[in-house]
Amino acid sequence: MAYSDKVLDHYENPRNVGKMDDDDVNVGTGMVGAPACGDVMRLQIRVNDNGIIEDAKFKTYGCGSAIASSSLLTEWVKGRSLDEATLIKNKDIADELGLPPVKIHCSVLAEDAIKAAIEDVKQKRKG
Amino acid sequence: MQFPIYLDYSATTPVDPRVAAKMSECLTLESNFGNPASRSHMFGWKAEEAVENARRQVADLLNCDPREIVWTSGATEADNLAIKGAAHFYVKKGKHIITSKIEHKAVLDSCRQLEREGYEVTYLDPAESGLVSPESVAAAIRPDTTLVSLMHVNNEIGVINDIAAIGKITREHNVIFHVDAAQSAGKIDIDMETMQVDLMSLTAHKIYGPKGIGALYVRRKPRVRIEPQIHGGGHERGMRSGTLATHQIVGMGEAFRIAKEEMHSENARVLALRNRLLDGFKDMEEVFVNGDVDHRVAGNLNISFNFVEGESLMMALRDLAVSSGSACTSASLEPSYVLRAIGLNDELAHSSLRISIGRFTTEEEIDFSIGKIREAVAKLRELSPLWDMYQDGVDLNQVKWAAH
Repeated sequence: MAYSDKVLDHYENPRNVGKMDDDDVNVGTGMVGAPACGDVMRLQIRVNDNGIIEDAKFKTYGCGSAIASSSLLTEWVKGRSLDEATLIKNKDIADELGLPPVKIHCSVLAEDAIKAAIEDVKQKRKG
Repeated sequence: MQFPIYLDYSATTPVDPRVAAKMSECLTLESNFGNPASRSHMFGWKAEEAVENARRQVADLLNCDPREIVWTSGATEADNLAIKGAAHFYVKKGKHIITSKIEHKAVLDSCRQLEREGYEVTYLDPAESGLVSPESVAAAIRPDTTLVSLMHVNNEIGVINDIAAIGKITREHNVIFHVDAAQSAGKIDIDMETMQVDLMSLTAHKIYGPKGIGALYVRRKPRVRIEPQIHGGGHERGMRSGTLATHQIVGMGEAFRIAKEEMHSENARVLALRNRLLDGFKDMEEVFVNGDVDHRVAGNLNISFNFVEGESLMMALRDLAVSSGSACTSASLEPSYVLRAIGLNDELAHSSLRISIGRFTTEEEIDFSIGKIREAVAKLRELSPLWDMYQDGVDLNQVKWAAH
């Protein structure tokens, strides 16, 4: 299948690959997908005292589009507040990367991942 | 080296230049263009002679009588003709057919069609090795069974079924035995004198012949009958009508002749290349060969790199033309039904590559491929949360995944 230049760029040079300490109360982790389905995304965000996402890291098992979706997302969420980050929709990711219809689920997964990460850090901070 | 490097010989092969040369002699006005069915002039006689020569060349590879070879458009048509043709002809005896879960779609879809017509089909489970045991065939045979259809060599994992042993059982029970030999002819010895196979599907394009031509072997002693599926003109003893494509047939004949002559030396060379390839991965963690390693054709390696998804792996391997059991590109998102049927979990099926080696593969290409694959797997594992978890000692089977 043909990939867009943007997918190829993120695949060749993925941004913000890595792992954060999940025990840190300011770190939120969203792990979505399943190995059986062929994709698993782990997206992590670190939030500062003002509720701004200072840093984001990801690791993804999946096709090139899944890797690109999560890589792009880490770029987008940095510097945003948690509320702003929740506004990111899968369609924005799919449009930016030019994903074909069979790959839309990759962008859906990325949206699920950031939502899960935000929820996680909110819960941790409450507790 | 030419890029991309072709390592998908199980999908198809380039035509051998010797084959192409023979084919080009059967096209233009100056050459052998006649209709082999024309009985009234020289053009027809010459074309018929070329076709009969090719029939002998194909029969020689199988050690059978040339009159047992029926030309078709390929193995898919041969499978259809064998399965539907035999099932229809022997319908008075019964309507039960036996096959396996890892057959080619040409066989499975023909069986599905017969199910729609009211036949009953038993789909045997292969062992983890990918092999169908003769015992499982024997156990599935019933009084109303008319046909057993099994592949000689599996197209994805390359494992070789013991068709001689299975043929003994089907013959004892007076059941027709069809074998799809698309992946085995010209790669392993086939001897119809000793193998009790009744129908065998063949194709040219897997062994350096052209696409669009194949054949069905139909046994004469004891005589096997099939109902034709294509009508019109009564060519090929009434079993398959249609003007014979002289150039295609001549190409298939030449490809089979070369295979008979060079098969054993070529196998040794190809096997050495495959061993070299496999050796190149031996110090890597979590790498698995899918299917039996010993009962396997020389050119096939089906291998899973755990925690790396197949499609992204192929993306990193744009210099290599290989295929993957990960069907992430298909709409279904289902991994290979063959790998699942031999008991692979979905992750390993998604992580598989099929690398198939052939006549024109070089040592240099194999060495380059090893380097590329190692590099790509290392890079993608660095990106993989599953690899992280594995390194941290997490049992991935105990994790509750949110399937989507």
